Amino acid sequence: MNTPIFRAFAVPLTALMLIASLFILLRGHNAPGGGFIGGLVAAAAFALQAAAFGPKAVRRAVKVSPLSVAAFGLSAACVAGLFSALADMPFMTGLWIEPHLFGITVPLSTVMLFDAGVYLVVVGAVTAIALAVEEEEP
Amino acid sequence: MAAPIPNLSAALNLAAPTSASWLTILPVPLCFSLAAILVILRRHSILQPVIATAGLLLLVGLNAALLVAVIAEGPVTMVMGRWLPPFGIAFTVDLTSALFTLAASVVALAACLFASGDIDAAARGQGFYAFLLLLMAGVCGALTTGDIFNLYVWFEVTLIAAFGLMAVGEEPEQIDGAWTYALMNLVGTALFLATVGLLYARLGTLNMADLAREIRAGEGAQPGMTLSVLFLFALGLKAAAFPLQMWLPAAYHTPRLTVSALFAGLMTKVAIYVLLRLFVMLMPLQREELSLLIVTAGAASMLVGALGMLAEDDLRRVAGFGVIAGIGNMLSGLALGSPGGVSGAILYALHSMLAMTALYIAVAGIGRRLGSFSLGRAGGLYARDPLFAFLCLALFFAVSGLPPLSGFWPKAILTKAALDIGAWWLAGAILLSGFLTTIALARIFLLAFWRPAATAEIGPAASGTAALTLLVALIAGFGLLPEGVLSLAQEAAASLSAGDAYVGSVFPGEASP
Repeated sequence: MNTPIFRAFAVPLTALMLIASLFILLRGHNAPGGGFIGGLVAAAAFALQAAAFGPKAVRRAVKVSPLSVAAFGLSAACVAGLFSALADMPFMTGLWIEPHLFGITVPLSTVMLFDAGVYLVVVGAVTAIALAVEEEEP
Repeated sequence: MAAPIPNLSAALNLAAPTSASWLTILPVPLCFSLAAILVILRRHSILQPVIATAGLLLLVGLNAALLVAVIAEGPVTMVMGRWLPPFGIAFTVDLTSALFTLAASVVALAACLFASGDIDAAARGQGFYAFLLLLMAGVCGALTTGDIFNLYVWFEVTLIAAFGLMAVGEEPEQIDGAWTYALMNLVGTALFLATVGLLYARLGTLNMADLAREIRAGEGAQPGMTLSVLFLFALGLKAAAFPLQMWLPAAYHTPRLTVSALFAGLMTKVAIYVLLRLFVMLMPLQREELSLLIVTAGAASMLVGALGMLAEDDLRRVAGFGVIAGIGNMLSGLALGSPGGVSGAILYALHSMLAMTALYIAVAGIGRRLGSFSLGRAGGLYARDPLFAFLCLALFFAVSGLPPLSGFWPKAILTKAALDIGAWWLAGAILLSGFLTTIALARIFLLAFWRPAATAEIGPAASGTAALTLLVALIAGFGLLPEGVLSLAQEAAASLSAGDAYVGSVFPGEASP
């Protein structure tokens, strides 16, 4: 499995998968996609990297522990739901701001923050499981 | 690319939510965020219990405020994201939910206090406290949600946390217990999900208030017998009711005893809560048709539980059978369905949450003092620790249902409710089960406390009396001053059986069924 061809392809493939996962995450608001499926694609990228170079290399490269990433995502999703309290609306009501950055309107919302939280939970949790499984193997 | 946004205001509830309605939802994000913080800080094993205890104190405070709000204004609802029910997911808390949530958070606080002596640094590193808070998020969600599919999601959250808790500690026999527990609960939860799917196919709605309105009106599609039996089977499996009870004593003695205490207080009672919600509020006709089945299962659970308590030598398994005996009492209250029966079941569940957690904590205390859980080798505890002996004696009185402690009142109400409809055999089963439980617990007191110690060996120094004292004080308070809780349980049962206040809270301004 661990051939030079695989290792050579793993790096660009991982990069592509991570970019695709972000695309799927952002596209998910109005089209098929979203945080969960995007997170799975990103976790698959990390698992691929671990299969090619070993789980230790992945842990060194991502710096933050995957479990902490998942926990951070969980709190981000909770906070996203609570923003509506400030606007006197029920829990999980979507709020939008549309700032003009560099001449383009960028719609930002609490819904997106929630989805990003889901993305981080899935990336963190699934990567943690994948790395633990890789480490178990002899 | 951007499609024009249609005018959605007809589908939205534009009124600002009240502060009481925020209380229905806040326990869930509180527990989730605390769990997340505890995962991030998993290397700081000293901070973990501090954060968890503070968080659970806050949770008890929130749920007490929620109970006060529900007593003052009746059922409280918040629908997520401003959508109108039944399309938005509603969190609706009536008196029954509020009482269960408050008792559940007290149980979690007691277990968290007890954990400081039972959960070592290694187990903290494996995430005990994070799983505890995650479990509470699931339990609070299940008890407060007003949507039956959402309820399934909270079951899953609870299960994920429960699997984690079962495995904390990594001893070989834990894998056996965790496997049994996981398999049985997955089967129960999957069956519940399938039944929810069938219910949706039949009635086209999942909001509990909407379901109650549709089913009670008696027109159009009805859930029918198949669905009710499937619900009963799935939840009976999760509640460990006869003949589906054997997984419980096979699984509850394997994890750390703090975890067993937590499960004994929470997991089976959540299933009882859902049974009450479904069969008293949503499907009263189906409950009436199934009452003979439910009452047979209940009476058999009571007797099997009590006989199991008499037969076992391992104290942890004695406590497991005690949980099953209690489930039998609650099921017979559900089967009776009269105001007395339902309020007796609610009271018994509240008593049992506190008493079963306390029973496991007491068993852990005995095991810690003697170094073994075998009743055959126990002895000499009274001479060694009179205060602990006194607390255990009070607890044993409460679990057996002897006056003046908390177990007496629900049993008295259930017996009276059974006699009122002439079910003398059910009253007999309740009394016989209480009598057998008394003998079983008296046997423990006689052997473990009064019998002189067989060996001179002294176990490690004992701690954890604080949690036991807290629970026994609550049990004693409930037993000696029952009026407040009794009238609350009666009101809760009446409102659960009528259902109109619950429906009115979700659909304000519409005619009640």
